Amino acid sequence: MSWLVFALLFWIGAWALNAALANSAYSGTRPVRIFVPVLFGVTLLVLWEGLVRGLGVSPVILPAPSVVAQTFARSTGILWEDFRQTVLKGALSGFAIGSMAAFVAAILIDRSAFLTRGLLPVGNFVAALPIVGIAPILVSWFGFDWQSKSAVVVVMVFFPILVNTVQGLRETDTMQRDLMRTYAAGYAQTLLKLRLPAAMPFVFNGLKIATTLALIGAIVAEYFGSPTRGMGFRISTGVGSLSIDLVWAEIIVAAIAGTTFYGIVVTIEKAVTFWHPSQRK
Amino acid sequence: MRNALPVLTVLLAIVAIWYAAVAPMNIRVALDQAQRTGAVLEPVTALERQEVSVWMLMARNAEHLSTTYAMDRPRLPTPVQVGTELWNTTGDMVLNGRGMSKRSLVYHGWITLQSTLWGFALGTTLGILGAVAIVYSRVVDMSLMPWAIISQTVPIVALAPMIIVVASQLGIQDRIVPKAIISAYLCYFPVLVGMVKGLRSPAHAQLDLLKTYNASGFQAFLKLRLPSSVPYLFTSLKVGIAAALVGTIVGELPTGAISGLGARILIGDQFGTPLAIWAALLAAAILAGLLVTLLDVTQKITLRRMGMSG
Repeated sequence: MSWLVFALLFWIGAWALNAALANSAYSGTRPVRIFVPVLFGVTLLVLWEGLVRGLGVSPVILPAPSVVAQTFARSTGILWEDFRQTVLKGALSGFAIGSMAAFVAAILIDRSAFLTRGLLPVGNFVAALPIVGIAPILVSWFGFDWQSKSAVVVVMVFFPILVNTVQGLRETDTMQRDLMRTYAAGYAQTLLKLRLPAAMPFVFNGLKIATTLALIGAIVAEYFGSPTRGMGFRISTGVGSLSIDLVWAEIIVAAIAGTTFYGIVVTIEKAVTFWHPSQRK
Repeated sequence: MRNALPVLTVLLAIVAIWYAAVAPMNIRVALDQAQRTGAVLEPVTALERQEVSVWMLMARNAEHLSTTYAMDRPRLPTPVQVGTELWNTTGDMVLNGRGMSKRSLVYHGWITLQSTLWGFALGTTLGILGAVAIVYSRVVDMSLMPWAIISQTVPIVALAPMIIVVASQLGIQDRIVPKAIISAYLCYFPVLVGMVKGLRSPAHAQLDLLKTYNASGFQAFLKLRLPSSVPYLFTSLKVGIAAALVGTIVGELPTGAISGLGARILIGDQFGTPLAIWAALLAAAILAGLLVTLLDVTQKITLRRMGMSG
């Protein structure tokens, strides 16, 4: 009971503090902008812990965050192995291959206006399809190890990046291209110095969508068969054997991996597209 | 309509590549089966064939090429095989009055559609409410928005088996609930982001004008912010419904569900019937296309009625 009361009081207190901070004169400053969401996250954890302890929820249903943290610290070896198998081998290799292929394909397609007009609607449609469903087919084609996961990721990330890049390459207007022509720039020069830089915001938009898709693809593909390691494997067997705390530890790894991956792409984007209005301070 | 010809060309090219890929994908299995029926092949034993490339196999055993296009359990079926399987499990069964049989993809599509729509409704409601809270409250904006973004970088599929276990432990037997939750999780974010953008889209001058009319905050919301957010809403709804369908299918895949398109894919995988997987995939694609088109048409009609089709 005391846990419940404490969690509720903490919630009210944190909310009041956040409200005061957000409406104060300092609300625009960097420390406050970071502190407010962090406090919100901590509040959620405290509420979770308080509810689980206060209501005596069985750890088989929902383990408390403290239990998950202990499991996480205890099984870093397993978690690192799974992380390597799923993220480093499966997701990242597929992401690299898929995005390269999509990028090159987009540049080739862009040379033909006819193909561009035909491929954009088709690509947009395919990008909206539930492509994860092909995971079992690709697992049966490429075997159980990381190659099949990588293949699923390649297919999943290909279309969003392709569509965005093709769209980005059309971003320059006639005036700018004419200017390049008056400079006597050839196709390659115009592409490298004008059109590719102008396409970068779109390319990165596609890459950001693809980061999440890559992890989803790599994890789902493991549900259909994998060697006895990998995050998807651990999650599906962990649920089966009711070691839910280990499953939550894997979920935390997935969350950290996903956020970091996204963060890295955003950092690169900031460096590459510093000139774009959305990046200006 | 201007794009009809290019789109058709691209589609034809895809089908052509697909057909061309069928033979090399299937030739090994086809030759193994032919050998069992007594055919004499170029490298005689299966072990020797392992060493030879598929192109050599195809060249040396040209008389067996046709069998690769008509296999029972192909590694890669032809488009016609997939289409036939889809027709056999949908239209044909409906004509025979067994449209809702457990073997029919209409039945499984309906199960998937139901939880997609529940998830979509739930996610859209959450997204719109969240957007209103974010636009009107600075605290919510500052504390919720970063977490909404982070929540989308977390691969939800990692949570999917978890959600289903928790739901069944809590005594929720209905499989629709966990699947709808996963759909809602995937679909709320585009709606939230689109609505925040839309609700903030009125210019200062417009908001000031309403102030000079002595309009209350609620009136400004109802008569200015909400209508001007509608185009943004529809754009994100189209993304959201596709995401909701993905969520439902992902929710059905790893969890031993027995009905739904995702479950058909899973069962097809377990029983080694690739045609069933392909037919279910095609059905899912058609369902996604229908849902997005439906929203697209609704968007066009609504915007025209609101005088915003410009």
